[in-house]
Amino acid sequence: MPPVIQLQHVWKTYRSADVELHAVRDVSLEIGRGEFVAIMGASGSGKSTMMNILGCLDKPTQGRFLLDGCDVSTLDRDGLADIRNQKVGFVFQGFNLLTRTSALENVELPMMYSRGSLGSREMRKRAEAALAMVGLSNRADHHPNQLSGGQQQRVAIARALVNQPALLLADEPTGNLDSKTSIEIMEVFQTLNEQGITIVMVTHEHDIAQYNKRCIVMRDGVVRSDSPVLERLDAKTQRAALENA
Amino acid sequence: MTALATFNLALRALQRNKLRSLLTMLGIVIGVGAVVAMVGIGNGAKAQVEAQIATLGQNVILIFPGSSFSGGVQSGSGGVGTLKLEDAKAIADEVPGVVAVSPGTRVTSQLGFGNQNWSTSVAGEAPEYFDIRQWEIVGGAGFTEQDVRAAAKVAVIGATVAKQLFGEEEPIGQIMRVRNVPFQVIGVLKPKGTSIMGSDQDDVVVVPYSTVMKRLSGITNLRMISVQCISEERTQAVVSGITDLMRQRHRLGQDRENDFMVRSQQEIAEMATATSKVLRLLLGAIASVSLVVGGIGIMNIMLVSVTERTREIGIRIALGAHGADILKQFLIEAVTLSSLGGLIGILLGLGTSTLLSRFAGWPTLTSINAILIAFLFSAAVGVFFGLYPAKKAAALDPIDALRYE
Repeated sequence: MPPVIQLQHVWKTYRSADVELHAVRDVSLEIGRGEFVAIMGASGSGKSTMMNILGCLDKPTQGRFLLDGCDVSTLDRDGLADIRNQKVGFVFQGFNLLTRTSALENVELPMMYSRGSLGSREMRKRAEAALAMVGLSNRADHHPNQLSGGQQQRVAIARALVNQPALLLADEPTGNLDSKTSIEIMEVFQTLNEQGITIVMVTHEHDIAQYNKRCIVMRDGVVRSDSPVLERLDAKTQRAALENA
Repeated sequence: MTALATFNLALRALQRNKLRSLLTMLGIVIGVGAVVAMVGIGNGAKAQVEAQIATLGQNVILIFPGSSFSGGVQSGSGGVGTLKLEDAKAIADEVPGVVAVSPGTRVTSQLGFGNQNWSTSVAGEAPEYFDIRQWEIVGGAGFTEQDVRAAAKVAVIGATVAKQLFGEEEPIGQIMRVRNVPFQVIGVLKPKGTSIMGSDQDDVVVVPYSTVMKRLSGITNLRMISVQCISEERTQAVVSGITDLMRQRHRLGQDRENDFMVRSQQEIAEMATATSKVLRLLLGAIASVSLVVGGIGIMNIMLVSVTERTREIGIRIALGAHGADILKQFLIEAVTLSSLGGLIGILLGLGTSTLLSRFAGWPTLTSINAILIAFLFSAAVGVFFGLYPAKKAAALDPIDALRYE
């Protein structure tokens, strides 16, 4: 089985008028199945660009990117859309749920865009299962504005999981949440990771990175360090500690 | 995404902004409503005019006296008697394709019966007149060639005259006075209704032309000659045959204008419908302008909608929507908007024409074709004006769209 992510000498260059900006310079790395990786870095470090490339929202200017063994660099717009639909689950900082649409329908959304569409009954079943995985079965009919931030982010995670992607990609997933809710969300991620789901998240918070297994730090478009997380935090015990305090 | 799911999505998006959707539709509603009402009224008017033209008879050609020019004095049209009985006879004998000819004179007379009296137009005609105008005699009979030769005092009366003069009494066999001359009523005509000119065709008394000339007016000039042509195709040939013959008989040189007018039934019909045609074109133009304005309104709102929902579009594309999915979504939304407007417009148009025919007494005739075309056109307006906003939405870059505040 190929690694989930293989970056080979990837460059991303933005050209404006007469300035060339290298957002990502010659990055090569591999992320295997079942890993739980934090990508860190200050703003301007290239981590957002990395995120867009890993999420197949953008293509590298140079180099190869293989997602789950599939060469993304050669795909067109629709091809990228299909890859995103099938192999990537997105979790955003701002949740990005459709407003005035129930949690269940939000979770069904990726399946709507799957080629060779499922029947509506099968979609419903899968969406309900995904909501159950994040502990929100009882909120299926709620609209996003009737849910708390933590609950909204869990709906977003359920939506990311519903097509059983190879990679769960989270962009500052706790950025809009208070610290207690952040720990709850990390607990969801840790539980999912224990079930074998590969997770990559971009964050600038050190304590959030401590819940991951591996931490990649970027600066000026290059990888500065890539190391396992020592003194890894367990969300369950952290939450218990917080509640007892 | 399935078509049904996309359609559902469009309906829900439109429901979210009910007032806005309604206002956007208004242009299309008015445009389509105007088209449907206008076509209804136009068709009604046309059908009415055609029915009136049909009361003239079948393949009828009418000849009227024109202006004459003698000694440097030009008389007004119909002012001087240029049509003679001999002209009518010559047309019957010499022009091929002519089936029947009736020389006509008119005199306005006071009628009397018992203590009732009624003033009307007395028409002097030949026995063929009733055939030419396809005018059925519902009681009694018409007069004969014999009556013409004898200048008999017999009369066939119209339905209005029968009602005004005789009321409930049986008119046939009665003696009525025409300019104090006793006439026997021998027939009653079937009602024909209003003419194209708006006059009551049934307010008439028809007697032999010779009777009018000898016993009532003393005038031997004709007011018109009614001619029946053998077929519709031959009409044009017969019209020119009559024109040539008349010019020859009246000794009109190359440089002289006709001192008579020849009008075929088709020409009369065309003249009568010409005004309504102009009116229809004008209303059609207004309706199309309204549809275009409505379309621009839809385009405007769709552009606003695309901007407002940039983030939603970004989410959809990030989750795997193809450009075509987004294009479909917004296009169906625009088409739903415009066709819904079209449907409401059709109802509005039908309502308007029903009201007009009920309260204003305008004849209206609804055409299924016009309704179908109006509906399809409104849908097409949605496609045309929805395409640009939908394309704009489909071309959005997901990274920018997700970052959009």
